[in-house]
Amino acid sequence: MKSKWITTTAIAAVAALAFANGASAAGELNIYNWGDYTSPELIKKFEKEFDVKVTVTDYDSNDTALAKVRAGGHGFDIVVPSANYVQIWVKEGLIEEVRPDQMENFKNVDPRWVDVPWDPGRHYTVPWQWGLTGIGVNTSVYKGDINTSAIFLDPPPELVGKINVAPEMNDVLFATIKYFGGDWCTTDKEVLRKVRDKLVEAKTKWLAMDYSVTEKLPSGDYAGVYYWNGAIMRSRLKNPDVKMGYPKEGFPYFMDSAALLKDAKNPENAKLFMNFIMDPENAAMISAFAKYANGIKGSDQFLPEEMKTAPELVVPPEYEKAGEFLLSCEPETQQLYTRIWTELQK
Amino acid sequence: MNGAEQVAIEARKQDIRSRWILSAPALIIIFVAAIGPLFVMLLYSFLVKGDYGDVKPWEFSLDGWTSVFFQRDIFDDTLGLADAHISIIWRSIQLSFFTTILTLILGFPTAYFIATRPPHTREIWVFLVTIPFWTNLLIRTFAMQQVIRNEGLLNNALIWLGIIKSPLQIIYTDTANLLGMTYVYLPLMVLPLYASIEKLDFRLVEAGYDLYATRFQVLRKIVIPLVKPGIIAGSILVFIPSLGAYVIPRVLGGGKNMMLGNLIEMQFGAGRNWPLGAAMSITLMILVMVALIVYVRNASRGGSGHV
Repeated sequence: MKSKWITTTAIAAVAALAFANGASAAGELNIYNWGDYTSPELIKKFEKEFDVKVTVTDYDSNDTALAKVRAGGHGFDIVVPSANYVQIWVKEGLIEEVRPDQMENFKNVDPRWVDVPWDPGRHYTVPWQWGLTGIGVNTSVYKGDINTSAIFLDPPPELVGKINVAPEMNDVLFATIKYFGGDWCTTDKEVLRKVRDKLVEAKTKWLAMDYSVTEKLPSGDYAGVYYWNGAIMRSRLKNPDVKMGYPKEGFPYFMDSAALLKDAKNPENAKLFMNFIMDPENAAMISAFAKYANGIKGSDQFLPEEMKTAPELVVPPEYEKAGEFLLSCEPETQQLYTRIWTELQK
Repeated sequence: MNGAEQVAIEARKQDIRSRWILSAPALIIIFVAAIGPLFVMLLYSFLVKGDYGDVKPWEFSLDGWTSVFFQRDIFDDTLGLADAHISIIWRSIQLSFFTTILTLILGFPTAYFIATRPPHTREIWVFLVTIPFWTNLLIRTFAMQQVIRNEGLLNNALIWLGIIKSPLQIIYTDTANLLGMTYVYLPLMVLPLYASIEKLDFRLVEAGYDLYATRFQVLRKIVIPLVKPGIIAGSILVFIPSLGAYVIPRVLGGGKNMMLGNLIEMQFGAGRNWPLGAAMSITLMILVMVALIVYVRNASRGGSGHV
């Protein structure tokens, strides 16, 4: 008797759930974003407020996202490309000129992030998060100057064999080109030869080129990394010996921005979402989850205490000028860089 | 006479037609699912690369193919061997070869052990060998990472036992790749080996001992020649997926040194050179085909040789 009662209740509950999911959501929204980057609370809040069922799908690189969307039949509405890719998406006609600058919440966008080189005046994209690639060092292992790319290009003996470098071609080449005083997208053979030789030599002193910094920097497997600031902050929260350094020779900023796909099935919901994430409280939810700064004024007050003053998120003024946005180089230059990168990994 | 002949011809035509119709589903699947995509890949390898990935339709070029093995020097523009690509391909072949040898050394005794158990318990042993397949490859690779990392199970145990003082650097080396691939592909060696050892006529082994052969002689002159097809099948099954390994070099090798699978992936990703990627994929297929031809020739010789 009892077991029958349980079964009946279970069936009723399942039916109720199915009903709730299927019938109540008035619309749908499909977001295609970087993995481990979308705050579940943010999604829940949006679903509740607008009665829309949201599905988030992950990608692991800009090129993966680009290839998949270009192939068609993806069913996504929103994509979140990095700064250096936005122009490619525009040129290839994949994202809609949706004019976020005329949306209600646009007044909240920090003026610093309005006239950005990849989307002047913000006609296509809405700021999601921004950060930079910098140095993270376990200061119980090495106590010297950490505000330099020499940490991974000419590592001090204490760090040799304990270094992890982000496996990102553009970020690594950027720092190395700057290390030799060159400009990003340079085709100067003299500089590039030095870059290649230095990287090939430095690699013998690295342990890995991997994505597992948030576990292995705090645990002591790595003692020095060239990696993204949010991950370095997460490492510091687990191990207070970890400190963030800003390479004075030059380091790349990144910003990911949300855009509406041309072949979106739910453009109206997507626009609602773009406006939604420009609200300071909602932007703070994005940051609180992925631990990077957003581009929205007034979101600070909604951030968790540990993030408000984090040395990884607030660039010291003396290093602000050393940072530069990674823009997309000409295809021929990119090919040159790819070959240096292949040689590095042979 | 004439009429009868015509009826016979008609019947034969009818027969041929119905055979074609009956085999159509299989043919369609082969063409649509196997040969079609292959032709797309072949076509892409002869096209000009697009600026941001993809290809430019109907602009032909041999660049994809020549750059698999040759390249203009970045700095002095002379045409030379694509040293980076060749060393990556060579590393893949080497690592796959050693993986095959290691799985053979570990797999042979295992298969022999299973095949010599009483018949009703063999199934249990075979079943145990297949259990790792229940878990996703990626998860097994990460599990391996936990075992061999510096603060991992293996190093901690060795330090605790006092055998070593500081952790052995295994992870993020080619040794880690080798260990990972051996672990993952071992069942693929054990199963075909077991199938052929099980069929071995153990009276021949006894006869060998009766004629005063040593254990080693029995193994070398009787057992190995008879189970050779199993050895070759197992080696092929291990060698082929090893050549295309992607996850293992990424996770255990630390992404510092590429294998062929990673090099191909890069062309479709950050490298934005799809024709080169397509040409490399076909190169990989050719390598696999060479391995298969060697197998077929060896297997057919194995039947008539060794008396």
